[in-house]
This record gives sequence, structure tokens and C-alpha cells, in this order.
Amino acid sequence: MGLFDRHAGLLDAYRDVRTTGADPFQIRMERVLSPTEAIINGKKTLLVGTNNYFGLTFDPSCMEAAIEAIRAEGTGTTGSRIANGSYSEHVALEQEIAEFYGKKHCMVFTTGYQANLGIIATLVGPDDFLLIDADSHASIYDACKQTQAEVVRFKHNDPSSLDARLRRLGDKPGNRLVVLEGIYSMLGDSAPLKEFVAVCKKYNAYVLIDEAHSLGALGEHGRGLCESTGVLDDCHFVVGTFSKTLGAIGGYCVSDDPDFDILRVTTRSYMFTASLPPSIVASVRQALRIVKAQPELRTKLWDNVAALYDGLAAKGFKLGPEHGPVVGVHLPDRMMAIGFWRAMLDAGIYVNVAVPPATPNGVSLLRCSVSAAHTKEQLDHMIEVMAGIGRQLGVLSGPTLRVVSSR
Amino acid sequence: MSDIQNQNGELLLRTAQNMIVENDDVADTLVLRRPPARAEVMAEICRQLEPFQADDGRAITGATVISKDLSIDSLAVMDMVMDLEDQFDVSIPMNVVAEIQTVDELADTILALSARR
Repeated sequence: MGLFDRHAGLLDAYRDVRTTGADPFQIRMERVLSPTEAIINGKKTLLVGTNNYFGLTFDPSCMEAAIEAIRAEGTGTTGSRIANGSYSEHVALEQEIAEFYGKKHCMVFTTGYQANLGIIATLVGPDDFLLIDADSHASIYDACKQTQAEVVRFKHNDPSSLDARLRRLGDKPGNRLVVLEGIYSMLGDSAPLKEFVAVCKKYNAYVLIDEAHSLGALGEHGRGLCESTGVLDDCHFVVGTFSKTLGAIGGYCVSDDPDFDILRVTTRSYMFTASLPPSIVASVRQALRIVKAQPELRTKLWDNVAALYDGLAAKGFKLGPEHGPVVGVHLPDRMMAIGFWRAMLDAGIYVNVAVPPATPNGVSLLRCSVSAAHTKEQLDHMIEVMAGIGRQLGVLSGPTLRVVSSR
Repeated sequence: MSDIQNQNGELLLRTAQNMIVENDDVADTLVLRRPPARAEVMAEICRQLEPFQADDGRAITGATVISKDLSIDSLAVMDMVMDLEDQFDVSIPMNVVAEIQTVDELADTILALSARR
């Protein structure tokens, strides 16, 4: 048996995808022009699938800060945070994020994936219990493979399902850590966090919330779902990323636990990788200042969310359950999703295509992410194009409004 | 004496049945409180797996290897396990699910966990 034989099923599925002419997993951005436009296949393309929620990737002040940092401190740190890779700026960034949340401690990671992977796997050990939402991100599932704790999955966004699982643990010794996400990355729905927190309190469980897609987007100050639902103080650990709203790359975890810093010498994904380069640290610090100083970007984002979501709903598309910076459009099956995706690309619009097994409940989706930088004209254009393709492919029937089934 | 008194000294009327549920918050769910019979568990697993039956029409038996003999992916298996967990009021840790191969093994796991409840 060859090394690649066990991927036979996946290879077949992948071949199916590629025979449609374009490979969604090998798209090349030939040139990125702005937060909302790039050249793809030689053509100017509207970007509605890049998680660039505030459009800060081309913010002049963030770019300047990064350039200055490169001139001052070079292109990379060439070392880990526990060796030669901790600069004053890393520490300053950690203090600024901790202050942003009103928490005492913060650890910055080189990616958001590594933050979840390392923190979750390390917080719980043998005899502890890790409880995760069924629709958790891959980084959380991978932490489950690394941790020595017992892992139990509860039904997506269902506090009663979590309650039943905590109850079944009874009086077994060991800590309970519950992992939730502010906004789920596929369908754009957010957790009923207040209800979840109440369940966690009842059973004395720790709460970790990943605000990757909700940083900047939710809460009066943009801290995420933990702020908008008023339970920040009850969230023992908040994880997030710099690669979406803040327009760069990296991850973080904040906490009030007095012994939090011990994780710096126990979390392998923090210890055994090079730290963020100075340019990234500088642009992230500037982007965080913008998040704090310009709440109007959040207002603009939600105006755009409403425009896209309501526009697509009015055309008859079946969407994720609620308004959110991620708008998931349900399509009947994998091949239809890929065909639709390719037709969109041919029409000059890039979105993400998400198919099983990367999606919950085996759904096939076009995953759109909205930016504050989108103009109303861009979004109106997208809605018209999508409706046209939807009618051509028989997903939408004629001019009458009918909701398509997801299965 | 300690056997029939809790910490508050309250007398507990212990039947074979409520010994099993003493730590449960009965108000939470109205689930079956006695350990289920094997046939009951098997029937429920088969019912849940039926939609994933292979095209060759082979019946699902205890020896059926879930990931091989059926057209079900690992995510769908985990979702089915969550339903079974709630039906029989047990939690099957993810690493245990990963080890389970056959329908028999799944039934045995559920029965063993509910006996320990």
C-alpha cells in the first residue's frame, strides 16, 4: 500500500472538483489591488470572501507603521518568543490587547490557529474535560487531538446539549473547559453566549471563546460577542486573530488568571515557532488603534451586511440563520456549489466555496464575507450577478421568490 | 447507615433505579433512567445508520464496520453519536468514538457507559 492510497476517496472527490475547469483550492491572486479588488485569471475581480472585515489591509497608516518597523528592526525575528524573538513591541502589543479587553494578561501567537491549538490543548490535562461545540473550527479539533483531556462534543449552539453533557460528568474530579466561538466561520451564526455562560456557571466550568470572526464586528468597543452579550467578565479566556479585522496575521489569548504566564513555557505552539516579524506587530498595533478610534467602521460593516444578506434573501437564496459578517449561501449539493462558484468567478466575483467535509451537517455553501470597505454599488452588483446565475442554474426559479432547499 | 443518608442526613429512599440516577438533575431531561437493553441500543443504532446503507443492500448487523461498510463520513458518525448520547443519556468521549469500528462495539460502549452511570 502506497503512502497516498488512503487518500483515494479524497483524490476522486478532488478530481471531480477540478474537472469543472477551475480549482477553487488553487486560486491565484495575480495582483491584489485593494481590500475589495484583485486581478484573478487576468481579470479585475470583486473580492467578497477574504475576511477583511474592516478593509484595513491597505490602510495607509498601518502600511506606514509596517514599513517603518522593517527599516528599524528588520524583516524577521528569526527566533521564538522564549529565545531571541521577544522584542519590546511584542510585549507592548500584548499589553495593548490585554487593556483592550480589560484583562490582566495576554499572549501573542504567530497565527490564530496556533493560539487555539496551543492554548486549548495545554489548559486541560489528564483527568480534565474539554467540551467543544460540534461546529468548532479545525484549530479547535486539532487541539482535541493534542490534549490529554477527555473530549466531549455538544450540539452546535445548543446550551441544553452542553448542560446534559456537563451533568453526565457528575462529580467526577477534573476541570471542565468549554470552547465556544463568537461567530462561526461557515454560516456566520453567533453563539447564544449568555445562555452558555449560565450553564458553565451552574457546573463550575471554565469558558474559552474564540472571537476570530467577531473582533471589531461585535460589541460597543468591538471586543466581540463576549462584549455584545455582556459576559466578558465570565469568559475566562478570549482567543482571537490578527488575520481578519486587523488585516495581518497572528493570534492572541487574554485572561485574568494570575498564573496565566506559565503557559509561555508550556504551550508548544508558542515556544517552538518563530515570533511575529516587527512589521506585523507594528501594523497590528496601528490596526487596533483604528478599531478603537473608528467605531464608524463597525457601523459601515453592519450596513453592508444588511445590504448583502437582505438583498440575497429577497432574491430567494437560502442563507445562514442571521445577519453576520459571514454570509453563507446554501446550495443543494457539492457540484452545484462548485459550478456556481466558478460562474461567479467568470463574472468577476470571488467568494469562498465550502463543501463537505469542511462544513457542518454536510451542507454545500458559497461563503461570502462582507467588508466595511465594500461600496453599495459593489454589493448591489454582486446581488444581481448571483441572482442571474441562480436562475441560470435553476437554483432560483424565475422571477417568483422561492426559497431553495439546502439538502 | 451512611449508605442511605446523604450529606444533609436526609433519608434517601433507594430503589435499584434511583441509585443509578442519584447525581442526575432529573428536572433537566425526561430520559430513560434504567440501563437500556442491548436489543434496544442495537435497534436504535441500526435505525440511525439506515440512511447510510451500502447500495448492495447488505443488512446492517453487529459486525458491520461503520466507516467501511456504510457510506458515512467521520463527521456524520460523530453527529450520530451525539444523538445516541442524548437518547441513552451517556457521553462517549471523542477518543473512544475514534476507536469504535463495528456496530457491536458502538452498542457495547453505550451499554458499558450506561451501566456505570
